[in-house]
Amino acid sequence: MVHPILKLVAQRIALGLVLLWAASVLIFVGTQILPGDVAQSILGQSATPVSLANLREELGLNDPPLTRYLNWAGGVLQGDLGTALTNKKDIAEAMGKRLGNTLFLAFWAAVISVPLAVTLGLIAVRYQGRWPDKVISTATLATVSVPEFLLGYILMYVLSVKFSILPSLATINDSMNFGEKLYAISLPVLVLVLVVLGHMMRMTRAAILNVMQSAYIETAELKGLRPISVIAKHAFPNAIAPVVNVVMLNLAYLVVGVVVVEVVFVYPGMGQYLVDHVAKRDVPVVQACGLVFAAIYIGLNIVADVVSILANPRLRHPK
Amino acid sequence: MTRIPLSAMIGLVFTSAYFLAAIFAGLIAPYGMAEIAGDSWEPWSRTHLLGTDSIGRDLLSRMIWGGQTTIFVATAATILSFTIGSSLGFLAAVRGGWVDQGLSRWVDLMMSIPSLISALVVLSVMPVTLPVLILVMGLLDATRVFRLSRAVAVDITVMDYVEAARLRGERQGWIIFREILPNALSPLVAEMGLRFIFMVLFISTLSFLGLGVQPPLADWGGIVKENREGIIFGKPAALVPAFAIATLAISVNLVADWVLNRTTSLKGGRG
Repeated sequence: MVHPILKLVAQRIALGLVLLWAASVLIFVGTQILPGDVAQSILGQSATPVSLANLREELGLNDPPLTRYLNWAGGVLQGDLGTALTNKKDIAEAMGKRLGNTLFLAFWAAVISVPLAVTLGLIAVRYQGRWPDKVISTATLATVSVPEFLLGYILMYVLSVKFSILPSLATINDSMNFGEKLYAISLPVLVLVLVVLGHMMRMTRAAILNVMQSAYIETAELKGLRPISVIAKHAFPNAIAPVVNVVMLNLAYLVVGVVVVEVVFVYPGMGQYLVDHVAKRDVPVVQACGLVFAAIYIGLNIVADVVSILANPRLRHPK
Repeated sequence: MTRIPLSAMIGLVFTSAYFLAAIFAGLIAPYGMAEIAGDSWEPWSRTHLLGTDSIGRDLLSRMIWGGQTTIFVATAATILSFTIGSSLGFLAAVRGGWVDQGLSRWVDLMMSIPSLISALVVLSVMPVTLPVLILVMGLLDATRVFRLSRAVAVDITVMDYVEAARLRGERQGWIIFREILPNALSPLVAEMGLRFIFMVLFISTLSFLGLGVQPPLADWGGIVKENREGIIFGKPAALVPAFAIATLAISVNLVADWVLNRTTSLKGGRG
């Protein structure tokens, strides 16, 4: 007999794959079958009938939609994302390095924000209702109310223009060593950390507070444990599943927040690539980027579900 | 009468001030929307209370006109998303069965792609005009409203009075609008505030990326985009919309919090 936990995990991954497939259909339909002619909107109102016909031929718009989808999806499965309309370059090649840059940025934001959010959440629970809790809650509410691009400019104005502590633009290239790269991306990382920190910390606090009402917490308190060890040893392990869920959702959000932050700091990543090509109406690039972002987003959500399945002892040790 | 707490009062005052400024933009803006009134990036002065922007337009007037566009687009998109989202959500809860399954799975799918990415994908082939923006934002956000209104309505449909209405043979429209809607209204109104803020942030982000409101129309995200170069030279014009968006967001949040608290304490009072 298969261990039930394996079955659950396998089911969840299969569901994720189905979702990813459906998302690829949605992205394709969104760009190809919407009212309005793709070729017309690329060339604009001044297009001649001949150039329209040529572009339609080039895009394969004369084939039936299903054939077009199968060609596109088949190519993607073999690692061929097509070629960009604007510069005729291979999309996968152009994207590879940018994806690396974006993940580098998101990775460091995650490395800083996750432990910080969990620690702040624990502190807020320990001093619930008193000033450390209130300060943390108010400060995080303020960061949540400002969109990330404005947060970026505020920090840029204060930290790099007024006080010249950090570089205002995050330009990186291959000749820079690791430390220089880290210094270059310090401001965008800071912005991303602030953007996800608020939500993550609030949800961590709520998850732990929820557990704090259990009977075993009262027992732990009554046997005289220090409040911080009650939280760390008894409450936190039982709150891991919801906390991991929140962390993963925020990491998924991070991947999207990166789009805007990259534009603010002129960082050569996926987000800027996507935004540039939306403006140029370069449909194949937009499709490819959309698919990659959707895949990362769905992937992180699967990881969140799998971890919360694994973190549940009732599922780990079936009767 | 219930007393309005101080925080909600502050929220109400600021929210209505922003809405009034948006409605009467033509009357209170000291200069025209695209009128060039001075040099570029003039500092704050008596003639230009917030200074001027990158090509010398009065920033205060731009902010007021821009607020009109931003608030109008956000309001229209919120109304659209609530109309679609809540009616489909209620329908799913009342009908159940395959209608519910179909709608819920469709929403799951829509939500599996981040809404900013979906919007960018769609806007890459659609013309970027105000109606298209409102439609795209409203439809993408309707998925969130659907989730909430379905969850709220599912709790209500199992109540005895809904059962009674069904047994006395009321039609579906009656059950949705006369039994469920009045009881689901308060959580939905609170959510409406949050969704409105999300819409303001969404349209500002799109405009900042150059894919939202197009010049010469002003809007808050666009003002940031137009004045971003000034930041490097220490000109804070691009930060003014930050202040506007943040205060609007916080004040609407305060009102929404109050609405939500008021209704939960009401339920507690009833036992």
